[in-house]
Amino acid sequence: MPGFLRTIQLALKSLMLHKLRSGLTMLGIVFGVFSVIAMLAIGRGASEQAQEQVLRLGATNIIVRSVKPPQESAKGTRSSRVLEYGLLYKDLRLLQETLPTAQTVIPVREITKTVRNGYRTLNARVVGCTPEYQELNRLFPSHGRFLTQADLDQRETCCVLAAETAVRLFGQEDPVGRAVQIQNHFYAVVGVMQPREATAAVGGSLSGQDYSHDVYLPLTTMRSRMGDLNLFFTKGSFTLEKIELSQMTLQIRSQEDVLPSAEAIREALKKNHRTDADYSVVVPLELLKQAEQLRDIFSVVLGSIAAISLIVGGIGIMNIMLATVTERTREIGIRRALGARQRDITWQFLTETVVLSGTGGLIGVALGLLTSPAFRIVQIVVDRFVFDGQGVASPFGKMFAEMTPQPVPASLPIAFCIAVGIGVIFGIYPARAAARLDPIEALRHE
Amino acid sequence: MTELAAKVVNLKKHYDLGSIVVQALRGVSMEFPRGDFVAIMGSSGSGKSTLLNLLGALDRPTSGDYIIGGRNVAHLSDDELSGIRNEMIGFIFQSYNLIPQYTVVENIEVPLHYRSGRSSLTSADRDRIVSLAELVGLSDRLDHRPFQLSGGQQQRVAIARALVNDPQIILADEPTGNLDSATEQEIMQVLLQLNAEGRTIIMVTHEPSVAEQARRQIYMKDGRIAGEGVFPG
Ligand SMILES: Nc1ncnc2c1ncn2[C@@H]1O[C@H](COP(=O)(O)OP(=O)(O)O)[C@@H](O)[C@H]1O
Ligand SMILES: [Mg+2]
Repeated sequence: MPGFLRTIQLALKSLMLHKLRSGLTMLGIVFGVFSVIAMLAIGRGASEQAQEQVLRLGATNIIVRSVKPPQESAKGTRSSRVLEYGLLYKDLRLLQETLPTAQTVIPVREITKTVRNGYRTLNARVVGCTPEYQELNRLFPSHGRFLTQADLDQRETCCVLAAETAVRLFGQEDPVGRAVQIQNHFYAVVGVMQPREATAAVGGSLSGQDYSHDVYLPLTTMRSRMGDLNLFFTKGSFTLEKIELSQMTLQIRSQEDVLPSAEAIREALKKNHRTDADYSVVVPLELLKQAEQLRDIFSVVLGSIAAISLIVGGIGIMNIMLATVTERTREIGIRRALGARQRDITWQFLTETVVLSGTGGLIGVALGLLTSPAFRIVQIVVDRFVFDGQGVASPFGKMFAEMTPQPVPASLPIAFCIAVGIGVIFGIYPARAAARLDPIEALRHE
Repeated sequence: MTELAAKVVNLKKHYDLGSIVVQALRGVSMEFPRGDFVAIMGSSGSGKSTLLNLLGALDRPTSGDYIIGGRNVAHLSDDELSGIRNEMIGFIFQSYNLIPQYTVVENIEVPLHYRSGRSSLTSADRDRIVSLAELVGLSDRLDHRPFQLSGGQQQRVAIARALVNDPQIILADEPTGNLDSATEQEIMQVLLQLNAEGRTIIMVTHEPSVAEQARRQIYMKDGRIAGEGVFPG
């Protein structure tokens, strides 16, 4: 048997002498290694989730949205009672005419309205849009068709329903060819879309989009029928809002043009708006960069937390090894009398700590492989006790529930090596202390 | 003149305790021919253990020379002292000093792990361990651990361990001090047999009955040799 294997075998023998003690000492390293692997996996999972959401918005898109400005800066005084803000048709024309890098500019107007089919009603999101909206949001018809340019040009009183809207208003019947009522106008249903998964909120700048209660109208029809004013009731009083457009999505020709275009858009919009508080420019590509930074910050912070637990584990090892050395002083004296050099004693104790931390590291790596199921349990617990089982209803709960740890393959060997390194670092002092004992005094030790 | 196994010349050992200096050895000169069997006697505190520790290269003298295997231990490094202990000296202690978690075989093999080159054990080594266990009458206890053995048996393991690297000199500090007289005699028989085979043995003892079985006796007093070969009156 090679010498070093024998050394390891003898080290194991000494460690097995105090199984409970060795096991407890090892536990510190086990959890340290596990948390390094788990933290990195969770960090990466979170950042990939964020990146995916951003990419779903389209890396070459720039989204400009109307934003309700903070109350005091709003122009709507008590007397006028009209809150006027947001994007204007003027803005749309300006960007269409002056921004050569933009392939298309897709305007959208959204209002929440009651939509009815006889006695059945639904509080729907009425979306005034153009044909490009379909491709932009990856909508696919299940019956009929989406809106066409002709619908817009002729201001047809037609509409397209989202899957859920169709079910709510028509049950099992086919709505195509029928009509829905919005305020006092009827709109012929020309198509029904397939169900579309909601998008999550991105950063703080863009709220999630739920497509399930949509009704799509030609933008032109919507403006002529409903106007720009919208009356609604909040906080015990009626508010009248005037918004021309809710959102414009600009599809930029190439990714290199995105950031300069965003600058140009911000500059251009200043001309039409006295304040920049009533709209916001969301650049998914910028968000992507932020998501990457976020991932790095996450990795460093979570990694540091894990590293601290590894260091605590190392201190535990050092503590136990110091006790072991004291306890085995006589053994050290015997070995020195039988010809062990100081170096041999150092190696002996170092081997013991490294076997201890290495074994702990292996167990920690094995546990690390169970990060995903373990995290699943945490998700269930969080959903059950933090959100009372209604986690999907809150945006944050939904985000947390949909998070999947992404194991970082390199973290397994790295965490293991760190564990062994911790064993060496925290083992070297006790081992040197053992080696430096005076042989004669060590032999006399009781 | 017979070949010398070891020799000490004007050996002094002082312990500086700050306020006082304990002179444990005040100049000891002695020669140990090959095949010698010396019993060192003397009252407690006379310096017997100190002398034996120096002879065992566990310590360096304050002054004087100690020559073993043609080398002066007084000038060797710590690692070289370890080498001397491993190759040239076999220790037997009063309290056996076996490693508790190891079996008989594992205890006997400890010095083999520290031989120069740190080579791993060969089958010849294993055979040697088994034959040594046989020599001290423990061939049926190879896998026992120290706590499963009697005092006499433990001391036999220690003797086998002392022999495993085939040292020139066996040093024994009161090897029978913890044993009853029947067991004491068994151990003495083993030592006498080893001496008859040509090994040099230096033994510290309090028991005249043990000391008189050695070839010569040395009496120590206050860190000096007070007399030699004479049975005390
Ligand atoms: N490490 C030490 N420090 C101080 N004094 C010591 C030390 N070792 C031995 N001595 C002293 O040296 C003297 C000789 O001790 P020792 O050789 O152990 O005597 P013996 O073995 O003959 O009983 C004693 O006075 C003892 O107290
Ligand atoms: Mg003594």
